[in-house]
Amino acid sequence: MTAAMRSCPSTGLRIHPQADALIKANAVAATIALLIGGIAALLVLLTRWQAVHLLDAVWFYRVLTVHGMNMLIFFMLFFEMAVLYFAAAPLLSARLPAPALGWVAFALMTSGALLVNWTMWTGQADVLFTSYVPLRAEPPYYFGVILFAVGALIVVGHFFATIVIAKREHAYEGSLPLVTYGALTAAIIATVTLLHGALVYIPTWLWSMGLIEIDPSFYRLIWWGLGHSSQQINVAAMVSIWYLLAAFTVGGVVLNEKVSRIAFVLYILFISMASAHHLLVDPGFGPAWKIWNTSYFMYMAVLASMIHGFTVPAGIEVGLRLRGATQGLFGWLSRAPWGDPGFSSLILSLTVFGFVGGITGVTFGTEQINIIAHNTLRIPGHFHATVVSGTAMAFMGITYYLVPLIFRREIAFFPLARIQPYLFGFGMLIFSMAMTFAGSFGVPRRHWDITFSQAPFGVEFSPAVDLVIGVMAIGGLLAIAGGAAYILVTVTSVFFGKRLAEGESGRGAVGKGLPLGLVSPPRALTAADDGSALPPHALGIAPGTMVLVGVFLAAFITYYFVNWKLLSVVWKVG
Amino acid sequence: MYHSGIEAPKGVWWKPIHGSEKIWIAIAFGWCLVLFAMMPLWHLRGGQNPAGIRHRVTAAAYATRVGEFIADYQVGEDKGYPVVEPPPGSEVYLQASMWSWLPVLKLHEGEEYTLHLSSLDVNHGFSLFPVNVNFQVVPGYDYALRVKPNASGEFSILCNEFCGIGHHLMVGKVIVVPKGAPTGAAR
Repeated sequence: MTAAMRSCPSTGLRIHPQADALIKANAVAATIALLIGGIAALLVLLTRWQAVHLLDAVWFYRVLTVHGMNMLIFFMLFFEMAVLYFAAAPLLSARLPAPALGWVAFALMTSGALLVNWTMWTGQADVLFTSYVPLRAEPPYYFGVILFAVGALIVVGHFFATIVIAKREHAYEGSLPLVTYGALTAAIIATVTLLHGALVYIPTWLWSMGLIEIDPSFYRLIWWGLGHSSQQINVAAMVSIWYLLAAFTVGGVVLNEKVSRIAFVLYILFISMASAHHLLVDPGFGPAWKIWNTSYFMYMAVLASMIHGFTVPAGIEVGLRLRGATQGLFGWLSRAPWGDPGFSSLILSLTVFGFVGGITGVTFGTEQINIIAHNTLRIPGHFHATVVSGTAMAFMGITYYLVPLIFRREIAFFPLARIQPYLFGFGMLIFSMAMTFAGSFGVPRRHWDITFSQAPFGVEFSPAVDLVIGVMAIGGLLAIAGGAAYILVTVTSVFFGKRLAEGESGRGAVGKGLPLGLVSPPRALTAADDGSALPPHALGIAPGTMVLVGVFLAAFITYYFVNWKLLSVVWKVG
Repeated sequence: MYHSGIEAPKGVWWKPIHGSEKIWIAIAFGWCLVLFAMMPLWHLRGGQNPAGIRHRVTAAAYATRVGEFIADYQVGEDKGYPVVEPPPGSEVYLQASMWSWLPVLKLHEGEEYTLHLSSLDVNHGFSLFPVNVNFQVVPGYDYALRVKPNASGEFSILCNEFCGIGHHLMVGKVIVVPKGAPTGAAR
């Protein structure tokens, strides 16, 4: 098998051609889903921006359903399938045990995605992303989701098999690299998630044909077992990509394997409780159940993210310090390759995910604070900061490396690629913060007309809301421009980009369209790089990161207690 | 020596943790315990909790109960909706259905009521405007929350769970009369 594998001159990774093809197919499918979801995003945004109010009510909810399914399910999962193939085969220099099965899975996922898209666009599934029973879509909608999930489950099984066989065939020495380990946790969470998916979508499919009854509260519980856990696949995949991008762009190190791996295990152990976040103000569950589950058992999964939030930047800092960026607290940041879209995506993803997505998520997911957040714009404000600014941003960043490494093409329009992460990242930052702010006035999410012009009783939001919605629209348009730039760059690169010859993209290769981490890869570390040569600092091995996480914690504590204060002044209720 | 996350660590990687890393983990863990403790603490000391009294109810039984409630305490009509003024301390029934809240409620500032919420059809979202208090209304379940209005005035009830094409039409009304105002029964 080894002879048939291509060796990557830049990273020394050996790549199995079938893995190559599957990574490509899944990445292309992900991009198509992103394009459909992105067009839907523009239409939704231009409708919620009351000054434009583009779509009518029917098409607004229809396109909102299209947006949710294509972005959160099809784009994310197709991309994650590509990441799983990448983390197993090339990163371990391993072969895929059953490439044909990979293609069966791809066919299942593609047909599922097409079926779901057909039902949504033809008005057979105006039920939004969550499809809460007893809102009903036509049976092919649920069947399409099932097909897609079965395909994804096969890929996950294939990934496990690849890892086992790589070990058995001694494709690599030692333990799994941390990035693959992280992808493995994502795959384990994906298994749990997809089983929840089966547990909810199969009965719902039968229910849609009138065969069985489903309790609406049971549906909400199990659906969120799928819905929230699937976000944890995204988180685990994103954190793995952080470590991967840190390695590629600046030679970021793993400070301590034990710590980072335990943090990944915490995700597996405590994440399936997260479904409770969505049920905090539901009648079906009592306070003890809510407290126990929402806190992921004493917030152990939050702890895991706070650990990665330290170890990733600290690994970047130490990697840069070992390579000479030792000046002051933040000399490493000023020496960092900000023009490498892989690096800027990594930092934007890490920062916005932590500061906006993480802090708002934990705060709104508190049992009582949820009373002043549930189903307001605060919720999509939160999750656009996690899954879009965080996960999608990380996916975009790694694309700038996957295109040369896997597709063997230069990045087209490289100057545009360099600014793309900033456009998308800052656009999403403005968008999600404005959305969160509007939500704190009680502006509902998933709502066609917040002027309530046709409602029996008038509702007039504070004029500040108009302003904030305007800011949200500007941020959203910037982000959509960034997303369009990403699609333009990647599609042009993949189909029309300059081909890289064997041996190119290696050290010192001069490619106009290659990220810095490939053109001039970080110096390989040697046994002498044990950190003993670094000047000692009172704040430890990564003093700059220590200051940054201190700022983060201060922001977290402030936001959290401000929300308790806001809660304490509303009507007494209980 | 250090290595990156794409290199397979060789030999034993179970090594002691850096001092600063250890400190951050300890701080983060401590903060997680605070986050955890705040929730039970607020049940003991705070005034806003989503606990309530919860039980199952059929749509038909709930609609009947709402009908009785309206018949008992109706004091007027507003845009075709009955206005109902229950005595302070009593059980209040609010019905969500596509796409209206029934009835219009007239409550007294500073008095406690037990507000029942249920839906006759799909999921709805109770969102009290402009207070921004939000609860999920699930068909088949009666969610009874003790509420105490702390200000007088007119409030709206928005629906903030997607409930079909008329979702944006679904607005209800709550009137809170100031302390000391005469009750409906007395007038």
